[in-house]
Amino acid sequence: MTADLFGLELNVWADAAIRLVLIVTLMTVVVMGLIYLERKIIARFNQRIGPQRTGPFGLLQSVADALKLVGKEDLRPRSADAWTFELGPYFIFIPVFLGFVIVPFVADWHIRLLDLGLLYFIAASSLSIIGWVMAGWGSDNRYAMIGALRAAAQGISYELPLVLALVAVGIYAGTFNLGEMIAQQDVVPFIVWQPMAALIFFIAALAELNRTPFDIPVGESEVVGGPFVEYSGIRWSMFFLAEYAALFIMSLVFSAVFLGGFLWPFGDDLGRLFQAALTTAKAGLFFFVVVWIRISVPRLRIDQLMSYSWKVLLPLALVQVLVNGLVLVNGWSEVILLAFGLVGVAVLATVTGRAVAAPRIRPGAARRPLAPAPAHGEAAS
Amino acid sequence: MVTEHAQEFETQDLLLNVGPQHPSTHGVFRMVLSVDGEVVRDVVPYIGYLHRGAEKLCETMDYRQGIGFMDRTEYLAAFNAELSYVMAVEALAELEVPERAQWIRMILCELNRLSSHFMFLGAFGIDVGVFATPFIYAWREREELIDLFEEVSGDRMMYAYFRPGGLAWDVPRNFKDRVRQVLKSARQGVADFNHLLTENEIFLARTRGVGAISAAEAIEWGMSGPSIRASGVPLDVRKDEPYLKYDQVDFDVIVGQNGDVYDRYYCRLMEMHESIKIVEQCLDKMPDSGPIMPEKMPRMLRTAPGEVYIRTEAPRGEYGIYLVSKGGNRPYRLKVRSACISNLQALKDMSVGQYVADAIIVLGSIDIVLSEVDR
Repeated sequence: MTADLFGLELNVWADAAIRLVLIVTLMTVVVMGLIYLERKIIARFNQRIGPQRTGPFGLLQSVADALKLVGKEDLRPRSADAWTFELGPYFIFIPVFLGFVIVPFVADWHIRLLDLGLLYFIAASSLSIIGWVMAGWGSDNRYAMIGALRAAAQGISYELPLVLALVAVGIYAGTFNLGEMIAQQDVVPFIVWQPMAALIFFIAALAELNRTPFDIPVGESEVVGGPFVEYSGIRWSMFFLAEYAALFIMSLVFSAVFLGGFLWPFGDDLGRLFQAALTTAKAGLFFFVVVWIRISVPRLRIDQLMSYSWKVLLPLALVQVLVNGLVLVNGWSEVILLAFGLVGVAVLATVTGRAVAAPRIRPGAARRPLAPAPAHGEAAS
Repeated sequence: MVTEHAQEFETQDLLLNVGPQHPSTHGVFRMVLSVDGEVVRDVVPYIGYLHRGAEKLCETMDYRQGIGFMDRTEYLAAFNAELSYVMAVEALAELEVPERAQWIRMILCELNRLSSHFMFLGAFGIDVGVFATPFIYAWREREELIDLFEEVSGDRMMYAYFRPGGLAWDVPRNFKDRVRQVLKSARQGVADFNHLLTENEIFLARTRGVGAISAAEAIEWGMSGPSIRASGVPLDVRKDEPYLKYDQVDFDVIVGQNGDVYDRYYCRLMEMHESIKIVEQCLDKMPDSGPIMPEKMPRMLRTAPGEVYIRTEAPRGEYGIYLVSKGGNRPYRLKVRSACISNLQALKDMSVGQYVADAIIVLGSIDIVLSEVDR
């Protein structure tokens, strides 16, 4: 068996191995770039300059950080559960990288375009929850444990709207193969026909990635980093690598499913370089919005987080699936989808606003009624 | 069904130690939370990590040397802290403070309130989970204020600028212009925070209805400052017992309604407008020249035997100095009535029954300075 890799005739296994090595190397570099970019963007929002001393424009800052992390001592608490503690980071890191198998970067540059690619992507990436729980449990730290359980609850809850949003698009496109999905978006990207699915996917993706406002599992001011509070050195950097790799792959999937990936809607294809630039630009847009949200909004509370997924996102995603099915079965025009999507976005925004403004149900005792304020002189005496 | 099933299990509350090394305990405060799932069942605070015996040390020193220690008890609002102290000494030594010095003191104290509240806003933004942005915004404005303090007193935090009888030296000649300049940026900063936090729906959802305390309970705990005003008690020493020239300026006491975290935040934000108003009036009324110390100051400051309690409205509440003298040039006993420690008493009442994340922002909303709590 042979396979074609950039015009080279290679054994299938050698081909796969080379592709994997390429991807992993590429990813590590990309992750470093993303960290640099995020720091620069955040600095601009904060009216700072950001990294500037390490290399030209501070470009080598991530390299310096990585070297520092590699050089640090790999600490393990004495009471930690050795196996789960040591293996936890890999169980987070590997599933994330498995997701890259199905992503087409440019028209003929990918590892494998599986027919059930999106399903595979979701199944693989959700495995990393196991790693979070392992890290939390193995650390023998209560912050880590709370963070890990939060991560598990959040991961499971937001998996559903995420999957359903993709299912809706899959029904419309008639395929779960990312390559074929992109090919159908040569004129109109799916975000036009499926705006609500795109929005639900985006929100659920934020939660899957543990990004603000859903960064509850790692909330710095509450659980001090959550599951990775006890990690140091290279193991800690694994968490970081996994986090940014997951962010990158999520932006690639978003750009492929909703924005048309490497396709340019207004005109002819201009070659591999242009396609790569388009993929980068579309994924970069997602990345920028994620960072933008990160530096602007506070963190949600755990009960708000859970009820938002189950009471708002999930029902709306189900309705989207239903409508897509009806349109498909009855052969209605796509304009109906667009109209429904716009209405859906409006509904989602309204419901979100109402959910946020709803009076709070306290878990403990009912709220004590406030005694009327005493008169001015009385209080001062 | 589920609840019946759950009751079959013997469950145990998890003890979660927060602090003294924790990003959001604002210093070296430590509290042990008893957590049932995500719900706080009990809070046990531990204080004293920063106890330096400042009060006792002051008893071994000349009255003027004690000023520096008072700065360090309340390092975020040092002007307010030293004001209480020098006013107590002045009351015992029967010194008359010149009018110009009083206006300058008032301006500096209100500006210090602004800088302290900016610090609160920034730290509170981090507590509710915004990454760095509010903190940097707050520090930008606070930096302007601190630059001004440095121009006036020569130091950025520990000013030691108020002296019994008046001020250490006169303010720079461009003082009024500089203050007006700083006020402009402070006003912009308050507006920025309104946009960044007050108008943010997630922020509202996180803070409204959380950690409420009723007016009656707040009074029982002896709370003061914005923390009690948020519960609807218009307690403000500046209005109730005007000191300096507060009876000559026009300002409102900002009062909240619900006494929750949001009200405590919003009261502080609104108070900053009032502080700006006060400083502007002070600038208009302050004489451009005049003495800043009484004409006849003794070389060695001695007080008559007696005792005095002086309280002023510091940014965190009532900062009182109880001073006992048996004659001579040093206090016989000095006691600082700290606003933070009284406000902190209510922590348990506010946070039991809330989520863990709420307990953190409740602590943040009290706005403690640990060096004032422990002294």
